[in-house]
Amino acid sequence: MDNILSWIIWIPVLGMVAIAFIPREKQDLIKKVAAGATGIQLLVTIILWSAFDATNGSFQFMERAEWIPSLGISYILGIDGLSLPMVALNALISFLGVFISWNIDRAVKGYFSLFLLLNTGVMGVFLSLDFFLFYVFWEVMLLPMYFLIGMWGGPQREYAAIKFFLYTLFGSVLMLIALLALYFACGETFDMQLMMERAPFALDGVVWWGMSAIKVIWVLLFIGFAIKVPVFPFHTWLPLAHVEAPTAISVVLAGILLKLGVYGMLRINYTMLPDAVWWFAGALAFLGMINVIWGAMCALAQKDLKKMVAYSSINHMGYLLLGMAAVIAGGSVNGSNLMAAQAGMNGAVFQMFNHGTISAMLFILVGVIYEQAHHRDIEGFGGLASQMPKYTAIVALAFFAGLGLPGLSGFVSEAMCFIGAFPVFRNIVIISTIGILLNAAYFLWAFQRMFFGKLNEKYTKLVDINNRELFTVIPLLVITIFLGVYPRPFLDMIKETMNILIDQVVVVGGIAGIF
Amino acid sequence: MNNLLSISLFWPELVLTATILVAIIIDIFSVSTRANKVSNFVIVGLLATLAAVFLTNHSPTTLFMDSLAFDPFASFIKSVVLIATLLVIVISRYSNEFKGYHTGEYYALLCIMVFGMFLMASAIDLITVYLSIEVVSLMSFILAGYLKNNPRSNEASLKYVIYGAFSSGIMLYGLSIIFGLTGTTKFFAIRDAITVLDSSSNLALTLSTIFVLAGFGYKISAVPFHFWTPDVYEGSPTPITAYLSVAPKAAGFALMIRFFNQVFVNGDSLSSLGWYADVSFAWPQILGVVSVITMTMGNLVAIQQNSVKRMLAYSSIAHAGYMLMAFPTISSEGVFAVMIYLVMYLFMNLGAFFVLIYVSQKEGGENFEHFSGLGWRMPIVGIVMTVFMFSLTGLPPTVGFIGKFYLFVAIINAGSSFYWIAFFGAINTVVSLYYYMRVVKTMYLDGEPSEEIAVPPFSMTIIFLLLAIPSVFFGIYWTPILNWVKDSLLFFVQI
Repeated sequence: MDNILSWIIWIPVLGMVAIAFIPREKQDLIKKVAAGATGIQLLVTIILWSAFDATNGSFQFMERAEWIPSLGISYILGIDGLSLPMVALNALISFLGVFISWNIDRAVKGYFSLFLLLNTGVMGVFLSLDFFLFYVFWEVMLLPMYFLIGMWGGPQREYAAIKFFLYTLFGSVLMLIALLALYFACGETFDMQLMMERAPFALDGVVWWGMSAIKVIWVLLFIGFAIKVPVFPFHTWLPLAHVEAPTAISVVLAGILLKLGVYGMLRINYTMLPDAVWWFAGALAFLGMINVIWGAMCALAQKDLKKMVAYSSINHMGYLLLGMAAVIAGGSVNGSNLMAAQAGMNGAVFQMFNHGTISAMLFILVGVIYEQAHHRDIEGFGGLASQMPKYTAIVALAFFAGLGLPGLSGFVSEAMCFIGAFPVFRNIVIISTIGILLNAAYFLWAFQRMFFGKLNEKYTKLVDINNRELFTVIPLLVITIFLGVYPRPFLDMIKETMNILIDQVVVVGGIAGIF
Repeated sequence: MNNLLSISLFWPELVLTATILVAIIIDIFSVSTRANKVSNFVIVGLLATLAAVFLTNHSPTTLFMDSLAFDPFASFIKSVVLIATLLVIVISRYSNEFKGYHTGEYYALLCIMVFGMFLMASAIDLITVYLSIEVVSLMSFILAGYLKNNPRSNEASLKYVIYGAFSSGIMLYGLSIIFGLTGTTKFFAIRDAITVLDSSSNLALTLSTIFVLAGFGYKISAVPFHFWTPDVYEGSPTPITAYLSVAPKAAGFALMIRFFNQVFVNGDSLSSLGWYADVSFAWPQILGVVSVITMTMGNLVAIQQNSVKRMLAYSSIAHAGYMLMAFPTISSEGVFAVMIYLVMYLFMNLGAFFVLIYVSQKEGGENFEHFSGLGWRMPIVGIVMTVFMFSLTGLPPTVGFIGKFYLFVAIINAGSSFYWIAFFGAINTVVSLYYYMRVVKTMYLDGEPSEEIAVPPFSMTIIFLLLAIPSVFFGIYWTPILNWVKDSLLFFVQI
């Protein structure tokens, strides 16, 4: 069990090295090596999951090594209830992603090398407990993502790739400034655990250009992470990137990369600047509401199925922001409603996971039909239910999961977010519920237009979903149904860590006082 | 130290002088087709000089009656210059731009330029400052116009001469005012004289410093003294362009650091630097504004270029701007950051130019379209160039990120009055991403995977890897460079 986290991070790189030595003609072998590397990673992650002590909310399986001592940079890894589900999600989606990409035939070697590098970058972000290391992994993800969208994407891929890159880099350089400010405030260390202890008190009363330093750093970090989530108004790169990216990359983008932003906020903003959470929670809830309504309205207006699913991501991220904002319910000003804070925070992390599985499923299903029909125009289909019955059934389930039907996992987490936020942000929650309605409307409407009615003559040759595609969807579907019926095992895993987080915001943030 | 004793610490320069003289003699007695002989000899001579730089050990002192400083900082800059020169000589031998030209004296001229930069790195007297700058400039003029049958090269040389003459004239004027105010040419005596100047001389002092700044700004191509840069860089032979963008810039920064630290700052010990209170002029702000304008201008104009060579010229202006970011802080962290950046910049910028040299020979041009699909046809060149482009943007895990990181560390540590510079530096990084990625985009996205794969000749591959591997390795583990710079961060200081 020693160094298990390092293994999880670096196994894909080993796969990359192996792929580098395979001649480019042997495409099947390259794919098999990629599948092997992600498969082993998934196995190790499952071992990790079973060895994880759910009763302990703090970091486990810690690893620590010197890197650049003169700057206080170390190689520190650790996992807790917040990162564990994300690591598991990434391992699963990456493994499935290899099979989703099985039809790639252009520059296969490059594709799978970059795919594995992306996986390493993401794992590194989730597992590093050194802020510098975190930042390096955060940036390392950009390179493979740029190429994966730009080289294997749709017609507008170059524009989409560079837009994604510019947006994200803009966020990261702001984050870099905030990182350095925190570094000096915390006594020149990048050790995130030390920073979590010191940062809440280190910046009290510091004023920059007439603004509280805490607020400035919070906003810099928030913008950096909000671009990844994406939070309105930083979301415009997302629909484009999603539509242009190849299916597997859309799946990874929606399933994992969007979670990085939320993860960053919870891991860094919430723990290091807990008193600013109080200042910003209202805005966070408000932005969440806009995400919900705006995402749903945009989704409703889309003619392109993939774009609709992309906007549904923005909508789903809104619920999550609401849940995150609910943490302040636990403060004494709000009647110490710890239940609400727990519901909100647990709901938010649960929603992260659920959105990961559900949106991945949706994008896979979009890819299935696109590969045969070569277009994604919702209006262009019709009557597919008779032609592709299995596909129809699975899409129906996935759409229901997306719109939050009770019995499927999305419902549980969305409900938790709303329950948590309701006591503090009553009006915002009430308005946000309109989003649920719209949410149901666009999914059901799209379903109706695609699958019911008269079969379009052009599509009598379509064949039903094949076994490889089924293999990629079924695990996600099973998880969605299982957690919808019985969410307890998941919530038990994250509960203790969430309590620590809530404590950090409510107790430490309370003592540190409002600036 | 008196003149005779100084000789014993002047070994690097003496070895270098001998190299120059012998190189010229070899050149005279050898037939023009055997110019490689000269370059072989020069490489050996420069390696010996490098060894002499490392072997000449002594506690910081002054040479030749206080006109040159001998200290680790000077040795550091000398080493950087030598490494750059060696790499450029190797690539010059490969470059076919010099075909049909007699290249024997080319290498001798390069060495004379190195000599000038050695003096720049250690000058602590206004006269030496001026002379060393002139030696470097004169050699640069000739080298920029080395391709005498190429009108672009001639134009570059002429433009360079005019700008050079103009700025050194202004600088000389500034130096004369400083001499008039203080009655001395020695840095330390000037510093002492300035502290007792009454406030009526402030205007003259400020003006003279701005004039001197024009001379420095011209050497490091900071806005608004940068106008020569794009044309000269484009017209010169590409190896010389690469050289001009790295070595004289390093020497210029060295001179500037020394001048500001030892004349205008109470640089008694580097741990407690601070601007003289009685210089009632907003130096930090002025330098900060120059830095921000330089990088913004460089980046914005670089975006519009269609020639990669010209794009790299503007990008080098932007990088001068980044390095200037650390100046206003006048802290040892700031100097430290600039020194680190110079080393990092050496790898990535020379690397980018070397790839350009190779590509323009293979593809017959230096524009973006010549890079089209290159990544598929020449995988090694493509990957290496991608590394350099990422590094120049400043993305981890490459040296460019580490260099920038230290600059930001220096600024953030200096207090909130400098944060605006950091903010602009950060935004400029994003802007620069656009045009650096354009190269990567052209190499990979604008082409199709091809069956035919070209591999550069073995010697070129070695050079590329020699620059690309450190660009990544020192981006992940940069302690060796850190230690080198840390040991070199020691100035001669007269108490």
